[in-house]
Amino acid sequence: MDFVISIIEQGLIYGILALGVYITYKILDFPDLTVDGSFPLGAAVTASLIKSGMNPWLTLPAAFFSGAAAGICTGLIHVKCKVRDLLSGIIMMTALYTVNLMVAGTNNVPLFSQQTIFQNDFLEKVFPDVIPGYVLLGLIFLIAAVSKILLDFYLRTKSGYLLRAVGDNENLVTALAKDKGNVKILGLSISNGLVALAGCVFCQQQNVFDISSGTGSIVIGLASVIVGTSLFKVFSRLKPFRKKNIIQVTTFVFLGAILYKACTGIAIRYFVPQSMKMISALFLLGVLVLMLIFDNADKKKVKKNA
Amino acid sequence: MLELRHIHKYYNPGTVQEMCLFDDFNLTVEKGEFVSVVGSNGSGKTSMLNLICGNIDADRGQIFIDGKDITRQKEYKRLKNIGRVYQNPAMGTCPDMTILENLSLADHKGMFFGLQRGTNRKKEKEYRELLSQLGLGLEDKLHVKVGSLSGGQRQAMSLLMSTMTPIDFLILDEHTAALDPKTADLIMELTEKIVREKKLTAIMVTHNLRYAVQYGSRLLMLHQGNAVIDIKGEEKKQMKIEDILEKFNEISVECGNG
Repeated sequence: MDFVISIIEQGLIYGILALGVYITYKILDFPDLTVDGSFPLGAAVTASLIKSGMNPWLTLPAAFFSGAAAGICTGLIHVKCKVRDLLSGIIMMTALYTVNLMVAGTNNVPLFSQQTIFQNDFLEKVFPDVIPGYVLLGLIFLIAAVSKILLDFYLRTKSGYLLRAVGDNENLVTALAKDKGNVKILGLSISNGLVALAGCVFCQQQNVFDISSGTGSIVIGLASVIVGTSLFKVFSRLKPFRKKNIIQVTTFVFLGAILYKACTGIAIRYFVPQSMKMISALFLLGVLVLMLIFDNADKKKVKKNA
Repeated sequence: MLELRHIHKYYNPGTVQEMCLFDDFNLTVEKGEFVSVVGSNGSGKTSMLNLICGNIDADRGQIFIDGKDITRQKEYKRLKNIGRVYQNPAMGTCPDMTILENLSLADHKGMFFGLQRGTNRKKEKEYRELLSQLGLGLEDKLHVKVGSLSGGQRQAMSLLMSTMTPIDFLILDEHTAALDPKTADLIMELTEKIVREKKLTAIMVTHNLRYAVQYGSRLLMLHQGNAVIDIKGEEKKQMKIEDILEKFNEISVECGNG
């Protein structure tokens, strides 16, 4: 049971990161590698604020804004300096490594004796003995749900429409008398804000900041988004949901993150530890091949009906 | 009123492939005019539209709208008062968004895109009526993604979207070239109707000489960055396709293509 809970916890935390990656990768069509730097940035900001005695709940918005600032920098590099999208992300990711070290002070900051959102005086008063695992899970779920609902809301606003339009056909954004560069910068800032928020929650759940925690987080994010959107595609073609999607794609992004984490969790638990990366790679490949088979089957069906 | 004054434009300056497109090009388009522009490939038609919209910059010369110098104004700012329809029907719409979402975007042109609701329920009826005027059955497809529409339907959408908000100029860049003859006729009639009803000033580039003769109040033929034909009013009405073709052949012979 603990195993399942810890997988869902991890999945939800990385799901918040995946929401951010969804904005850049799927909506903006911008492969943003800043993520590998902004995830630990959120963690570093959190660790240093908690060390200084700040209310742990305030670290959430603080981390979000620090990530948003990093996203704005990536956007400015791309839009104003006309650096290619992939390179702007790499430049920011590299620069953030130093920023993270400076913010945290050192490459490893333990928080075991500190107040965090998961261990504080208030929770100890309510649950005097041990804070049970499901409280932790509940809190993570709450943060994940709020992020998802706010993002869904945003994507249905005028500003959200413009964000979707810039990834879809940036020419139209210019035709609407809007600067497409600014819209991209806005998208990057929201995306990296969410990524840093995930870093903040991750750091408090692990009770430690580690400079290497960001390495490979873009891969987890991308895998979650690809798995999630693939499942969404399959789901939205099922008969009862063809007319109207009752479950949003963002929910599937979380599902993708949980499945991915389950896969790596199983790999660590039941196979030799070295096999983890291989199993995650095979899992991602498996999902992509399944999608291909599904697509082909769908095309055949259309041909038959025609 | 739109004025192009002493425009100079070179491509690949300073290289062996240097090409002079415009050398002191002047054009004045009066308010309410509907100008059809014809000319062979490379004659500067599309470049002229790009210069007006701010897509490319002139090397020398000035562009005025209603007496205001807009030569240095950025493209997105200029487009506030300009609607543009491209040859490629995919350029004017967002394929991954629904018809309703696309119209909502276009309806909000030039305004602030904040946190208000993306689509306004009350406007749905208005949009439906607008779409039914097209006669393409789009009014029942409000929640269908634009990407699944045909080229003609998309071009009709582009035309509608670029003229939804009050604009001064409508720029049509070979907007019927990618369509089949019947759909092209339909889009042309629709264009005429919109220009007339909204009293727009329009500039239309076309390779279809029949459209150039049939529609518009003024006809311009460009050749090597110069207007070799520029007629309007009665004279334009008398113009026949044969007259333009004759001129076309003359030019081609001059270039040694004949």
